[in-house]
Amino acid sequence: MNEFLGFLVNGLSLGAIYALIALGFVMIFKATSVMNFAHGSIVLLGAYVVGRTHDEVGFWWAALLGILAAAAAAALVDLIVLRHARGADLGTLAILTIGVDTLLSTELTREMGTAILDAGAPWGTSTVHLGGTSVPLSRLVAALVAVVVVAVLWAVFRFTHWGVRMRAAAEDGTTAALMGIRLGRVAAGAWAIAGVLAALAGVFLTSFPSPGISPAAGVTALAAVPAWVLGGFDSFPGAVVGGLVIGVVTALSAGYQEHLLFLGRDLAQVAPYAVMFLVLLVRPSGLFGSKEFARV
Amino acid sequence: MSSGTLIRSVRRSVRPLVLVAGVLLALAAPLSLNGFWLQSGLFAMAAAVSAIGLTLLVGRAGQLSLGHAFFVAVGAYGYCYLAGTSSADGVRGLGLPPLLAAFGAVVAAGTAGALFSPISGRLRGIYLGLASLGLVFLGQHILKNAIPLTGGFNGRDAAPLDLFGFSFSDSDPAGFLVLGVPYGQLERLWYVGLVCAALAWWSARNLLRSRPGRALATVRDSEVAAGAMGIDVVRYKAAAFVLSSMYAGLGGVLTALAFGRIVPDSFGLSASVAFLVMIVIGGIGSVGGAVGGAFFVTLLPLVLDHYSGRLPFLSPPGSEGLDAAGLSEFVYGLAIVLVLLFAHGGLAGFLRRAATALRRTPGRDTDRPSDDERAPLRSHTAKEPAS
Repeated sequence: MNEFLGFLVNGLSLGAIYALIALGFVMIFKATSVMNFAHGSIVLLGAYVVGRTHDEVGFWWAALLGILAAAAAAALVDLIVLRHARGADLGTLAILTIGVDTLLSTELTREMGTAILDAGAPWGTSTVHLGGTSVPLSRLVAALVAVVVVAVLWAVFRFTHWGVRMRAAAEDGTTAALMGIRLGRVAAGAWAIAGVLAALAGVFLTSFPSPGISPAAGVTALAAVPAWVLGGFDSFPGAVVGGLVIGVVTALSAGYQEHLLFLGRDLAQVAPYAVMFLVLLVRPSGLFGSKEFARV
Repeated sequence: MSSGTLIRSVRRSVRPLVLVAGVLLALAAPLSLNGFWLQSGLFAMAAAVSAIGLTLLVGRAGQLSLGHAFFVAVGAYGYCYLAGTSSADGVRGLGLPPLLAAFGAVVAAGTAGALFSPISGRLRGIYLGLASLGLVFLGQHILKNAIPLTGGFNGRDAAPLDLFGFSFSDSDPAGFLVLGVPYGQLERLWYVGLVCAALAWWSARNLLRSRPGRALATVRDSEVAAGAMGIDVVRYKAAAFVLSSMYAGLGGVLTALAFGRIVPDSFGLSASVAFLVMIVIGGIGSVGGAVGGAFFVTLLPLVLDHYSGRLPFLSPPGSEGLDAAGLSEFVYGLAIVLVLLFAHGGLAGFLRRAATALRRTPGRDTDRPSDDERAPLRSHTAKEPAS
């Protein structure tokens, strides 16, 4: 039972990280209808900047730099590339971001070489005992940060002018534009916020217990795709729930690995996708996503 | 006789000549090409067959798939399993005649596509793309764990192809000469590749111009309209997936033959993305474009790597600077972005526009791409004149 509880807590905290990434996916999708395959690279970029600079300026400044770099990179991707393809087909936009991802991740991989950088977070490798189980401190901080971020996002959307503009643009772009909302700015802003979330996730994704910052983190970030799909493509609560579900599934399938050997080794890497298939079979638009209707 | 008619009549008489010359060149290539170029060419032909399947699926049926490498893997491993023999290290094989095994592998890939149809028939566009992304990871898991079938992480050998006693390997008959040139495994396989690529090209071109091909285009443009016209949308979508998987399966068999030994890493996410890149660069929906894209994407890293010693701006792999693999990634990342932003319709679209400009004569300026050739994942904005 204790063992199960431990896996559960670990899974939830991992899920919080996935939720951060999935929220970024939802944000970008709602604002610009883009499935952003370059998100993994942006996660990696945030983590890389932190890893590179924390020796010189200390972790907190490095984290700020990483967040700013990721936000700027995401906004630039929108401004330089995607702005010129507005209104194009979903597939075209997705392939376009694959191209951007290829460029970004190749450059980052080249910069990193074979060395594995350390995120240099102050919580290091310490663990916390919680109800008879031990959880890495970094994961607890991640969960806390995720909760704060979700609360702040909610408040921003609910109470600020910017949030209202963003919601209006997502609801009906043309009408919003007629009301004087600058869609270009809203879109770039949404990308920048997604970048911030990606950088936060990147830092936690590469802190203990993971080995450090390597190009593999970009692929690990892709595990948030099932989370996003699971929750529905355009739902913020869906992204959070999806993230948590995927986190728990991953942790459980890793934890009970020995009992599940008949399904093969490294089950944790595919379990999220298996869950995604199951959900898509039953609910093609995810758990919370808005349905597409067509009348024939 | 105006200059336009002159150009047209020249084109008409030159075209068959170019075709014949091309075929003769392709047939004679093994006489002069060395091993590196033969092998690279084979890889490119294998990729071309798979890419044709993907361009039919994405371009014609409008179903985005990021899981194409999975079906290529089913073809490749299917062939190795059916044609291979059981060995001591736990890897099983049925030892069927290779030709039968190749057919079986293509059917297996098609079956895999059909098994995916409960998902592929329901989802559209990006949703399908994401679901098929899961297929790649699932595929990698199976390839690494189903050891009796796949040999696990280290992969398994592909049995050489054998046609009525003539083996497509270095022996049987050993020391086989054509015009004084020794014909080993690569030289012999070259013709298998040519036949498969030509078959794939021809069947895909025919499909695009057939009734089912047009039905698929209607499904792509509007499922509602297609349904109203009496097209069984779900069935057609599933059929498109099965067909594209069969092309992928054939491409997989060729890949297995060209490599001689296959490992899971060749069928991962990057392979799936590479197939997408091929059809985007070539022009989505164009069969010729898919072949051109396949050659470009396959040959670029191989050639850069082969000649990296002679290119001053490249550094050896693993060092700080830009190596051949890195450069080719940059080139094709950039190619995707530039093609999608500026060169509408990819390589095929570019050539078509060039041809149209050449051909344009007074009173004949309605020369727009036909429905068959139009790039399908097109923009909904009014950047282009609607055709």
